[in-house]
Amino acid sequence: MTTTNCREAVRELWRFLDGELPPDERLGVEEHLERCVRCCGELEFAQALRGVLAAQRAEPMPADVRARLEQFIDDLE
Amino acid sequence: MDGTGAVVTRDGAAFERLARAELPGLYALARRLCRDEAEDLVQECLLRAFRAFGSLRDQDAGGGWLRAILTNVWRDRVRSDQRSARETPIGDMADFSLYRTLVDEDPFPYSDSLHLDFLATFDADDVHAVLDRLPDRYRAPLVLRYVDGVPTKTIARLLGLPLGTVLAQLHRGRKLFEHELWVYAAERGHV
Repeated sequence: MTTTNCREAVRELWRFLDGELPPDERLGVEEHLERCVRCCGELEFAQALRGVLAAQRAEPMPADVRARLEQFIDDLE
Repeated sequence: MDGTGAVVTRDGAAFERLARAELPGLYALARRLCRDEAEDLVQECLLRAFRAFGSLRDQDAGGGWLRAILTNVWRDRVRSDQRSARETPIGDMADFSLYRTLVDEDPFPYSDSLHLDFLATFDADDVHAVLDRLPDRYRAPLVLRYVDGVPTKTIARLLGLPLGTVLAQLHRGRKLFEHELWVYAAERGHV
């Protein structure tokens, strides 16, 4: 049994989701989540926030910018 | 060597194919790193890449190679600011929780999914605007990790920073991002 508290668990939730926590710290967060409903809400929200950030990847490139950058590539040749 | 200083050891058409294919991703990354100078950042990246194209051994890795160069160009531009700037004090914000704030303030009464309802009020432009509010040192690790999916250790290498510094910047960046989402929503009367 580890003694990870809410403050520590919330601080590490994103790294927990990243799979970047050392095994002992990961176990501490897992055990805390098993007994803390509020931190499970924090976990769900962290997952949703990550989705909001990941969705930024799809920003389109304006046609005029693309044309200028392609011309720049051509001029390199 | 040609007029641009490039040591041309490969087919120029191969560079053109790679650069054209990667342009949308490069531009999107540049916009996230420095909104107003994105086009200029991509041009400098392409110029450096063209000069170094002969050193690219695995063309299948060309996309990641170009994004690393773009990040290096951006890092070089802000490096003097990063060295001279003091760590941005975020004080009590270090433990700010947007989830707790939403639960406590409950801007969506009678909703079982108030945290998701809150996020649904943000479109892509809103999120972009919120990210723009973050200082470079926090925005860059955040977008590289969570928008572009770059591993934390790779970010540390790209930015030339110790891993512990990047981890601290990621934590602060996440907290600032959460806080600025709340402030942005309040400014627009969403909460």
